[in-house]
Amino acid sequence: MIHSLFLINSSGDIFLEKHWKSVVSRSVCDYFFEAQERATEAENVPPVIPTPHHYLLSVYRHKIFFVAVIQTEVPPLFVIEFLHRVVDTFQDYFGVCSEPVIKDNVVVVYEVLEEMLDNGFPLATESNILKELIKPPTILRTVVNTITGSTITAEIQGVIDACVKLTGMPDLTLSFMNPRLLDDVSFHPCVRFKRWESERILSFIPPDGNFRLLSYHVSAQNLVAIPVYVKHNISFRDSSSLGRFEITVGPKQTMGKTIEGVIVTSQMPKGVLNMSLTPSQGTHTFDPVTKMLSWDVGKINPQKLPSLKGTMSLQAGASKPDENPTINLQFKIQQLAISGLKVNRLDMYGEKYKPFKGIKYMTKAGKFQVRT
Amino acid sequence: MSSNSFAYSEQSGGGEATELGQEATSTISPSGAFGLFSSDLKKNEDLKQMLESNKDSAKLDAMKRIVGMIAKGKNASELFPAVVKNVASKNIEIKKLVYVYLVRYAEEQQDLALLSISTFQRALKDPNQLIRASALRVLSSIRVPIIVPIMMLAIKEASADLSPYVRKNAAHAIQKLYSLDPEQKEMLIEVIEKLLKDKSTLVAGSVVMAFEEVCPDRIDLIHKNYRKLCNLLVDVEEWGQVVIIHMLTRYARTQFVSPWKEEDGLEDDEKNFYDSDDDQKEKTDKRKKSYTMDPDHRLLIRNTKPLLQSRNAAVVMAVAQLYWHISPKSEVGIISKSLVRLLRSNREVQYIVLQNIATMSIQRKGMFEPYLKSFYVRSTDPTMIKTLKLEILTNLANEANISTLLREFQTYVKSQDKEFAAATIQTIGRCATNISEVTDTCLNGLVCLLSNRDEIVVAESVVVIKKLLQMQPAQHGEIIKHMAKLLDSITVPVARASILWLIGENCERVPKIAPDVLRKMAKGFTSEDDLVKLQILNLGAKLYLTNSKQTKLLTQYILNLGKYDQNYDIRDRTRFIRQLIVPNEKSGALSKYAKKIFLAQKPAPLLESPFKDRDHFQLGTLSHTLNTKATGYLELSNWPEVAPDPSVRNVEVIELAKEWTPAGKAKKENPAKKFYSESEEEEDSSDSSSDSDSESGSASGEQEEEGDSSDDSSEDSSSEHKSDSESASEVGNKRTAKRNSKSKRKRDSEDGENENEKSKTSDSSNADSSSIEDSSSDSESESESESESESRKVTKEKENKTKQNINPLTKDVSLLDLDDFNPVSTPVALPTPALSPSLIADLEGLNLSTTSSVITKEVRLKSSEEKSRKTFKDYNPHIMVSTPVFVPVKTHVLLHRMSGKGLAAHYFFPRQPCIFGDKMVSVQITLNNTTDRKIENIHVGGKRLPVGMQMHVFNTIESLEPEGSITVSMGIDFCDSTQTASFQLCTKDDCFNVNIQPPVGELLLPVAMSEKDFKKEQVIKKNA
Repeated sequence: MIHSLFLINSSGDIFLEKHWKSVVSRSVCDYFFEAQERATEAENVPPVIPTPHHYLLSVYRHKIFFVAVIQTEVPPLFVIEFLHRVVDTFQDYFGVCSEPVIKDNVVVVYEVLEEMLDNGFPLATESNILKELIKPPTILRTVVNTITGSTITAEIQGVIDACVKLTGMPDLTLSFMNPRLLDDVSFHPCVRFKRWESERILSFIPPDGNFRLLSYHVSAQNLVAIPVYVKHNISFRDSSSLGRFEITVGPKQTMGKTIEGVIVTSQMPKGVLNMSLTPSQGTHTFDPVTKMLSWDVGKINPQKLPSLKGTMSLQAGASKPDENPTINLQFKIQQLAISGLKVNRLDMYGEKYKPFKGIKYMTKAGKFQVRT
Repeated sequence: MSSNSFAYSEQSGGGEATELGQEATSTISPSGAFGLFSSDLKKNEDLKQMLESNKDSAKLDAMKRIVGMIAKGKNASELFPAVVKNVASKNIEIKKLVYVYLVRYAEEQQDLALLSISTFQRALKDPNQLIRASALRVLSSIRVPIIVPIMMLAIKEASADLSPYVRKNAAHAIQKLYSLDPEQKEMLIEVIEKLLKDKSTLVAGSVVMAFEEVCPDRIDLIHKNYRKLCNLLVDVEEWGQVVIIHMLTRYARTQFVSPWKEEDGLEDDEKNFYDSDDDQKEKTDKRKKSYTMDPDHRLLIRNTKPLLQSRNAAVVMAVAQLYWHISPKSEVGIISKSLVRLLRSNREVQYIVLQNIATMSIQRKGMFEPYLKSFYVRSTDPTMIKTLKLEILTNLANEANISTLLREFQTYVKSQDKEFAAATIQTIGRCATNISEVTDTCLNGLVCLLSNRDEIVVAESVVVIKKLLQMQPAQHGEIIKHMAKLLDSITVPVARASILWLIGENCERVPKIAPDVLRKMAKGFTSEDDLVKLQILNLGAKLYLTNSKQTKLLTQYILNLGKYDQNYDIRDRTRFIRQLIVPNEKSGALSKYAKKIFLAQKPAPLLESPFKDRDHFQLGTLSHTLNTKATGYLELSNWPEVAPDPSVRNVEVIELAKEWTPAGKAKKENPAKKFYSESEEEEDSSDSSSDSDSESGSASGEQEEEGDSSDDSSEDSSSEHKSDSESASEVGNKRTAKRNSKSKRKRDSEDGENENEKSKTSDSSNADSSSIEDSSSDSESESESESESESRKVTKEKENKTKQNINPLTKDVSLLDLDDFNPVSTPVALPTPALSPSLIADLEGLNLSTTSSVITKEVRLKSSEEKSRKTFKDYNPHIMVSTPVFVPVKTHVLLHRMSGKGLAAHYFFPRQPCIFGDKMVSVQITLNNTTDRKIENIHVGGKRLPVGMQMHVFNTIESLEPEGSITVSMGIDFCDSTQTASFQLCTKDDCFNVNIQPPVGELLLPVAMSEKDFKKEQVIKKNA
């Protein structure tokens, strides 16, 4: 299965290697570097690269390429999913997953990798089991009986993340007010599938710590109203070297909750040389090299809608771009699950003590794009 | 970018620089470069010192630094001797890091690596399962050929370990040993066979992985475990699930017949569907009628379904491909939703999933049509995702949704990602050819794009339009004229070449424009791209042939230019055309046909999906992704015409018959156990736990982990796992081997030579290690003597056994007579087998384990048990009567207390050989006195039996106290019929009529017999 793993940073430097079978020379990565050069952008590096004797399967996360070396046929998703699990584990262990952190904790990283795979086949990939085998570098363990589920909805897909710190073998059941909303779900392996099928109840014995209990999808039929709107007026004129730019963001059906953490980004066309804009609130930047406009709006005050107005200076003589830029929007709404999903109750069996329970609903924009 | 250049760019980094420089050189010559750097030498010196110090903290520090070096890919092999000394360190942290080091460098330093072996061998016997497992892991990861026999031994032993975690590691070790020494294949297959029988969910995935790597062709090993694997699947860890599902997909394709109806077979295509003539329909009808799905086939499909909800993308994909390849077409639809869910995952997952969807959507549009919008492209998608989505959208396009799609495509064409825009135009072209209703719309749209400002878009449009026009020539003179005008503005060579070709082909439809175009082109011939030049030559040739009056001179001018071109292709083409079209005295026969050659009807290019022919690869595989056969790819076979014998998957009958034979080899283990168990109680408990584990497979994990604390007993009982498949002598070998003893040679076995060799090597390695480790030699000698005594005992046991074996075999009635059947106090109690007292004493352990496992038996075993029984009449010498596997505790009312004036009677069938005659069925009757006075003289009165039926009554009971109860035995010969035996149950004062009617099952006798004998008997019975 997985023969070796190379960690490569964005400048093309191999800063960690691990072999589970015979050592594979790092020169095998040359094929990867070739593909990287061809791809221009990191995102475009193909996840599967064949070389004469090996296959390189990679994932790109946190500006690091995790390149696995394979020698024989294997389901590619198997390797990709595993690599993502490695990254998740690092994140879980060290808080962040970055080159310096991995370098600083190289011994723990190595031990973790050693436990995760044996002869290239996954051995222990659950973070709670790994943590029993290898202690995370800083021990931040509070012994409080808490369970917090935060529901985050993005458009019409969401997850329930759980943080469980309960001693013993608690058997939990979680029920929803409106389970029918959930159209398609995928579970953490601890969830008993049969109970969900028959009663629409989540019954599980949780692992310790943070884990994703459930990912769900709300069917498109009961499509939820999008809580924000964007008004835009972007115009280029053929002959002139000036273009007009104006966008306004406003709330829509938020049940009285504030929309916060609003960030507007937009990739401007190549012809735009610079922009002179004035925001009614927040700060904005425009990078003339990458042509990326970013406006950190903050909270939206329904009384006074935030707007960004100004002009764009265009390359002289260049013709008008065919397409207006798309506007990407990020935002959060606390205490509201836009899907309308509500947790009914959470019960614990199998243990005597009374647990602390809490739930946090949150709505977050996923890939919110406005085509202008 | 290479690490070299990076290293140089970092030179300014001061102290770090030398290190980096060294790193760079070490990649070029891994071993040689080391000594060149004096600073590193010094550095390593100080590491060596730290490793040799007495302080654990210093050692740990050193090890951490060394691991850091390994992680960076630096060579640390020089430190091997210093590191290997610490392999026996008490400090677990140091130990772990030493293991890491060893696994990395042992291959390069084989001799020194041997020093560590004895440590692992000792650790293999550690009471802690984690230590045993890690020792096995490291031992098997040290790729040193000389320790192959040791590894083999360790694997065999670990595969019988009580801890499923250790067994899992054993399964992993199989693959490692196999890659180290493929000659061990046969032996390893034996281990795999054994581990496949394992009921632990922890082991299942790993052993199937080993199976796939070592002997994927041995599909016969799977038969017996097929149902178990299907049932365990949901509880197996996710990675194992993926491997098992892929393996079972392959299995299903060899063992079951196709559930697909003819018309929608894999190569389906609607074409096939619509074209199917009457003959074919008839044929399919026939097949439709005759097809019923094998229940095992259904089992697999049903049990994998919940896994579509897994959080692991690989599992979901594995199930999806299983459904795609083996489920009936009508059921494949359920996978679409799950696959679409995966599209919300990471870019890499999307990439693979989209590829698979692309392949699926070619064959089955309907599956993904409801999710059309999920494949809409986002501007933030990476290009490879965009093109894949586009591909799928094209596949899904039909009359109904094409207008929506075309509108969506219009947006894409405007995308800033020009590569993507070009791909979109190609897509529009494909849609236009696939859906004839929109061909004109698309063409118009594309023509509009010709006035787009972006040249790439225009060029791509030209190329696509050219293809479209080629498909339906005629009527498009206008478009051709329009395109001819474009020649003035457009510069992209491919587009220009396309236009020229188009005009050349249709030169007779645009008779005025064509010569003019040629004129313009001739003017700028020299500055054109090669591609365009070739097309100018072609255009000239075609015009020369159709309209030589106007173009003769022009063409000759062009041919002259071509003759002196720098590119030899063009010179070549020029020569060729000149010879062909210009008549001269030398021109051969061909020139007569020049017009036919140049203006032949050319077949239109097929615009089809690049995923068209990927479906011959199993979905979800690397080969499918790459569209080439990857190393080690296992072909998915076609459905067999006729299903192979499905009975090979039946397990219970055979296994149980083996297990419950008193004379079976399995039982030989038991008496031997006694000698090593600390206390009999413990032994029994562990026995039952291991038995119940192998039987019911429920909750075994926990039990076994607990069992670890008592190593001895656990080892003993664990050896029972393998017992039924192996001969006694082999078992003996294993035991001795376990003790590292020399006594092995005494025992003769099938693979005696092999074993001897092994013991020699293990001896020698022991000797080696003892020179270093004084303590080890002590333990060695100890174990040796122990095992010697063991071997003696084992042989004694064997003799004992053979004696015992004869007894139940012949089943002397006289022996049985010795047994006084103490009336069992309650009918619920489980009976002890009817054997002589001496036998009972000898087989105490056996009986206990039997009964205890009987308790764990579930009702499901009843049927199989009944199958294995035979009628008394059939009883003949070569049939061995076995103890019943399951005895129902159900009692039947013989006499109710109300009708019996206070006397109640119940009866039940103890399923034992009857002591009163070998044709009789034992019946136990329990009598209860529910009155408040004594009942006296209870006996059987008048019998009214059908002809031939016989009954052996119980002796008269003098008196039964109030509230008392008594159990008596009777024997009744029912003559193999279910006729009722009626008789009177009498007391001093009354007589009651009672009946006993036996269920059929109670007339059978449990026997063990080989399959061969069974078949023989079957034939005899059939003919009789």
